[in-house]
Amino acid sequence: MIFLYLFITFFEIGLFGFGGGYGMLSLIQHETVEHWHWMTSAEFTDIVAISQMTPGPIGINSATYAGYTAVKNAGYSVPLAVLGSATATFALVLPSLILMVLISRMFMKYMQTRTVHSIFLGLRPAVVGLLAAATLLLMTPENFSTPTDNLWQFGVSCFLFLASFYGVLIVKINPIRMILYSALAGLVLLY
Amino acid sequence: MSNLYWESFRTFFKIGMFTLGGGYAMIPIIEEEVVNRHRWVEKEEMLDLIAIAQSCPGVFAINISIFVGYKLNKVRGAIMTALGTALPSFLIILAIAMFFHQFEDNPVIAAMFRGIRPAVVALIAVPTFNLAKSAQLNKFTIWIPIVSALLIWLMGVSPIWIIIVAGVCGYLWGKGVGK
Repeated sequence: MIFLYLFITFFEIGLFGFGGGYGMLSLIQHETVEHWHWMTSAEFTDIVAISQMTPGPIGINSATYAGYTAVKNAGYSVPLAVLGSATATFALVLPSLILMVLISRMFMKYMQTRTVHSIFLGLRPAVVGLLAAATLLLMTPENFSTPTDNLWQFGVSCFLFLASFYGVLIVKINPIRMILYSALAGLVLLY
Repeated sequence: MSNLYWESFRTFFKIGMFTLGGGYAMIPIIEEEVVNRHRWVEKEEMLDLIAIAQSCPGVFAINISIFVGYKLNKVRGAIMTALGTALPSFLIILAIAMFFHQFEDNPVIAAMFRGIRPAVVALIAVPTFNLAKSAQLNKFTIWIPIVSALLIWLMGVSPIWIIIVAGVCGYLWGKGVGK
């Protein structure tokens, strides 16, 4: 049954995933963590980290990984988890295949019109909201710890969050390099 | 199967294999391969394809690869190029997923990921601000992301509904102004 749900979920994500890889991440996060509870927010965060550091589109990477983790967490064997990742990836790509072929066949001339332009006038600000929500939803005790649980880890986490934010947004440090720096910081400060 | 199937599969496999960061980082590499090297698509046509692929849902690089594959060999060509783009990611991630499950309890790896997690949350926060800049929010539109974020964060509304409603509202607004 989980395979059917994986298929439907990732088909929906492929169909409504506007705004590039990160826009899609907020959908994947909502479906796999908040809605289906297939994984914890820490597991999801790890998936994003690994998807960012490996080659290929972040949407494909995270769908493959999320499909694997969802089936593995449900208690199935590794071959079935592989099938889960194939299901998620295939379902994510299928709407693109259908839509792009339809557009290539008949709708090419309608794509750069005022109508599409005005739809995006509404979509673009909403995608900003999607990303903001994904950020807020990932600020969990699992990712940051809490002041009462472990004050030291909480402090270090907040510092790493702010440093990475400043580093990538303002100083324009490469995100992959930033992940490696914080892995090193984690090893030294949080071992 | 003609040689073109294999050639287009191989080209997009290479593109999928060697682009770190994904998405828009792939544009120059796709252009180099598809426009300059293989001449499958004209330069102007490529600009149109990029614009259309960006306005469609789904993974950007996959969308582009489907366009090119369809142009070369219709539906079967599109399947080959999409497969070529997705396969390297799929295989690499699968290898890591199997490997990582054995090591996630290792104290060294666990400590590294305790450091990585807050940084990754920041990496998702950064495009929020970059996107806000390129969406050119003003005092009439600034409430849209705020309300959307609060609905998802506090009320548990699905982002899919936000997307649908925002698209429909944009469409209706365009209609209203057009008259």
